Amino acid sequence: MTELDLTVNGKRCHVDVPPMKRLLDVLREELHLTGTKEGCGEGECGACAVLLNGELVNSCLVPALQTNGASICTIEGVSTEGRLHPIQQCFLENGGAQCGICTPGMILATQHLLDKYPNPTLEQIQEGLAGNLCRCTGYMRIFEAVQQAAATNPLAAETT
Amino acid sequence: MPEQTSILGSSPIRKEGRAKVLGAAQYVDDLELPGMWFGATVRSRIARGHIRNISFSPDVDWSQYAVITAADIPGENTIVHLTKDHPCLAVKEVNHPEEPILLLAHPEKAALLAGLRGVEIEYDELPGVFTIEESEAAVENDDEARIIWDGTNYNGTANCFKRYLMYSGDAAETEAGLEQAFENADFIVEGEYHTGAQEQFYIENNGVIAECNKDAAGNITDVCVRGSMQCPYYLVHALTLIFNLPEEKCRVIQTETGGAFGGKEDFPSVIGSHAALLAMKCGHPVKITYDRAEDMAATTKRHPSRTRHRTAVSRDGRLLGGTIDFAIDGGAYSTLSPVVLSRGTIHAPGPYKWPFLRVRAKAMATNLPPHGAFRGFGAPQSLFGLERHMDKIAKTIGLTPEEFRRRNFLATGDCTATGQQLSEPVDMQGLLTRGLREAGYHEKLARFAEENKHSMIKRGVGFATFMHGAGFTGSGERRLNSKVTLQLQPESGNVRILVSSTEFGQGTNTILSQVAAQTLELPYEHIEVQQPDTFIVPNSGPTVASRTAMIIGKLIERVSEQILIALRSSAGLPNSHTASDFKQAAANYIAKGHDPNFSLRYEPVKPVSWDDELYRGDAYPAYAWAVYVAEVAVDLNTYSATVTRFDALQEVGKVMHPVLAKGQVEGGVAQGIGYALYEKCVWKDGRMMNNQMTNYIMPTSADLPPIHVHFEEVPSVHGPGGAKGIGELPMDGPAPAILNAIENATGVAFNTIPLLPEDIFERFTSFTEPAHGGSEEFDPEREGEFLPEVLA
Repeated sequence: MTELDLTVNGKRCHVDVPPMKRLLDVLREELHLTGTKEGCGEGECGACAVLLNGELVNSCLVPALQTNGASICTIEGVSTEGRLHPIQQCFLENGGAQCGICTPGMILATQHLLDKYPNPTLEQIQEGLAGNLCRCTGYMRIFEAVQQAAATNPLAAETT
Repeated sequence: MPEQTSILGSSPIRKEGRAKVLGAAQYVDDLELPGMWFGATVRSRIARGHIRNISFSPDVDWSQYAVITAADIPGENTIVHLTKDHPCLAVKEVNHPEEPILLLAHPEKAALLAGLRGVEIEYDELPGVFTIEESEAAVENDDEARIIWDGTNYNGTANCFKRYLMYSGDAAETEAGLEQAFENADFIVEGEYHTGAQEQFYIENNGVIAECNKDAAGNITDVCVRGSMQCPYYLVHALTLIFNLPEEKCRVIQTETGGAFGGKEDFPSVIGSHAALLAMKCGHPVKITYDRAEDMAATTKRHPSRTRHRTAVSRDGRLLGGTIDFAIDGGAYSTLSPVVLSRGTIHAPGPYKWPFLRVRAKAMATNLPPHGAFRGFGAPQSLFGLERHMDKIAKTIGLTPEEFRRRNFLATGDCTATGQQLSEPVDMQGLLTRGLREAGYHEKLARFAEENKHSMIKRGVGFATFMHGAGFTGSGERRLNSKVTLQLQPESGNVRILVSSTEFGQGTNTILSQVAAQTLELPYEHIEVQQPDTFIVPNSGPTVASRTAMIIGKLIERVSEQILIALRSSAGLPNSHTASDFKQAAANYIAKGHDPNFSLRYEPVKPVSWDDELYRGDAYPAYAWAVYVAEVAVDLNTYSATVTRFDALQEVGKVMHPVLAKGQVEGGVAQGIGYALYEKCVWKDGRMMNNQMTNYIMPTSADLPPIHVHFEEVPSVHGPGGAKGIGELPMDGPAPAILNAIENATGVAFNTIPLLPEDIFERFTSFTEPAHGGSEEFDPEREGEFLPEVLA
C-alpha cells in the first residue's frame, strides 16, 4: 500500500491504496467521485478524463503512485456550489449531452481545450476532443456547445 | 391563450440534462448497495461442442464464492424472446464462443479473475458454421454435422430461424406478372450486396445490480434488478420464467443508461437473469458490469446481411418487376432475428412503386454469438442493398440516379409493396429536389468530374432515398396494448408521467414532458418523469422501433386531454387556465375522492389491417421519408475514403424538439458513416477478434465531416402534434449514399460494407474481377448479365 496526498477539486485528500491502483478507481472507490466514468479501461474513449496538474489525462491509465502531490480536477470540481460552469451551461443548451456517459470527460476536455485555445477553430475543437468518444451526438452539438462556450469566455474576449 | 402553446417545437433543456453535465447522474456502476457482491461469467472458449467435464481448481478457496450452474435455476433455463431456444446457461452443449456456462460471485471484485481462471471446462468440439453461406451450404449438402439448428420445434427449417415470402399482390398473380416482366424487360439488372456486423458501442457497458429476497423458510419472495436497459418489462418477463415467479414478484428498475442503440433491448434479459441467480445463491445484492472486452465479445451486434436483387426495367426507366432475396446471419440462437428480418423485409422495396415484387427473406443460424437489435433493425441492411442497386440500374440503363428514382417514387395515394395505401402526404419528388439543392449536388457533380481528371484525390457525391416505418410492425402495437399513466401531484400542482419508456440519450423524458405540457397547458417545468420502475410504472411497451415519440407521445397527448376534461367538468378548471388554476383544480379533484392517476391504453388512430401470414396490409402507422446526400474524397495515394460533407433531409412529421431532433440525426449519420467506412467486426471461428476500442474503429470528432440536418414538416395524424418516429431513420441512409458517392468519385462500384482502405486498395491493385459484380461491368446498351438463380 502507498500513502498519497493529493488535491482533488481544491480539497486535500489522503488515501492509502495499492500503488498501481488506477487513478480512476481511487476517484470512484476511495473518494466516491463517480462523475468520472469508465468506458473502456484502455485509454481510448476518454470517459474517465480528468485534469492532472492542468493536463488532460485518462485516469484509467494513471497509476495512483504517480498522483502523489498532484492537483486533480474532476467533473465534480467544474461547477461551483451547484452553479453550472459556462461550459456545462452551453452543453446543456446546445444538446451536447445525450446519454451523458461521455459528458464529464468531454467537458473536462473542453475546459482543457479552451484554456489552451480561448478562440479555437473548428479543427482545433475536432482535434482537441478526438480523444473523447461520443456515440450519441455525432459531435456536431458538442462543437456548437464548445463554440458557444468560447464566445462567452471572458478569456476569449480579451484576445479578440 | 397561455404562452406555453408553443412548447412542442421549441427546445427546452433536457429533463435530466443538469445531472448529466454535473456528473451527478447515477449510472448502474455508480451505485453500491450494502453488502454487495460482484458477479462474473464463465464463458465457452469454443464455438460449438459438448461440455465433457467441468472442474474447479484446488488452488482456489471456493467456499468464498457463490457458483451458479444451470442446475440451480429454479424455473426454466431460458432467456425468452420469441422462442425458448436460448438457454440462460449452457447445460451440455455450447453453440457459440462466449456462451455463458457458469456464474461466479465474490464479495471482492478483484477476486473474480482467480475464480474465472480456476474453472476448467473440457469440450468435445463439433464443427461450426460461421457465415450465411456456410450455413446454407450445410443444408444444401445435407451435411448433418453442420446442421446446427433443427428448427422443427419452432416452425423453422434446418439452420434457418425464420423465412418470409412477401408479394406485392396476390401470390399467383404476382408470380405471373414477374414472369411477364422479366420476359418483356429491356434490361434485367442483378446485384448482390453485403453488410457486416456492427457493434452498438454505447460508451456505458452492460451492467446490472440484482437482489433476491427470501422468507424464513428460504423461499424466494421477490427479485429486483436495476440496471442499464431499454425495456424493463422484457426483463420482468425473463425473470418470471427463470425464477418461476409471478410478475408482481419480479421488479425491474432502469438506472440512467449510457447509450443503448438496441444493444440494451434484449441483452439485459441475459445479464439481469445472471445477476439475479447469483443474488439468490449468495444472499447479497450482486453487481455484474462487463468490461469493454467482454461486452464487445459476448453481447449482440447488428446482423450481417446479404441482399440479392434481380430487376426488370423498361428502356424509359420504369421498374417493371423485381425479386429480392434477403438473408441475415442470426447467430446461434433466434433471439430477435425473426423481427429484425421482418423489418428488413418490409423496408427492402424502399420508397418505390413496384408493379410486381417478390421478397424472399430468411434468418440463418450460425455459431456466432446471437445478433440482436441495433438502431434500424434490419432496415439499414436491406436499404443498403436497394439503394446501391438503384444506382446500378440507373447506370446500366443510362439514366442519372436522380432521374431513374424520380420515375419510380411512391407518391400520396400509392400503395407500398405490402399493399398499404399511403393516405398521408408523401412528396419524395420535392424532398429529392430540396435535398440535392441543399447539398449543392448538381454543381459538385460537374465540378468534381472536372477536378478529378487532374488529381489523385477523387471526389464524388451520391445519395440515397428511403423511408423508415415508425412503431411496431402491423398488428404489433395492438398486441403490445401499451398503457400510460399521468399522475396529478396535488402538493406541487405538477403532473408526473408514469411510463416504462426509457431515456437513454434520445430524449424520451424531454419530449414526453413537452407533449404533456403542451396539451395540459402547463409550463414544461411542471411535468415530472418517474424513473422507470415496474412496481410503479405501467407497461408502455419497449423503447424501440421509433415508437416512443409517436405511439407513447400520442397516448400522453390523449390522456392529457382527458385530464383537462375531468378537471373542467368536475373540479372547476377554467377553459383557459394558469398553472395555479390547474394546481387548485387538481387539489379539488383529489379532495373529492377521485383517483389522481389517469391511465390510457393504446388504440390505433386509424384501423390497422395487417395479415401476418401473407405479409400484406398496413405495415406501419406512419413512415418518415428522407434524402441523404454524401460528399466523399477517395485518396488514391492512401486508398482511404472520407466523407467530406453530409446533408440529411427528412420529413418526420412535426419536429417536436429541434435540438434533440438534430442530435438524433447527426448521431445516426455518424453511426452510419462508421457502418460504411470504419467499423469492422473481425471474426475467427465465431469469435470477435477485435473486441477492443483500440482496434474496432468508431468515428472520432476528427473523423466526421460537417453534417447538415434539414427537415420538412408534414404533420401526421398518428403522433402527438403531428410527430412521427425519427430515431432509427438516420441509420438507414448514410451507408448507401456514401458508397454511391464513392462510385461517383472513382467509377468503381463497391457493394460490401464496411469498406476499409485495404478493400479499396485490393480492388484498385488486383487484376481479378470482384466476387459480386459492380455496375462498371455493364454496358448500358445491352442487357445485364444473369446470375445463377438464387436458392430458395
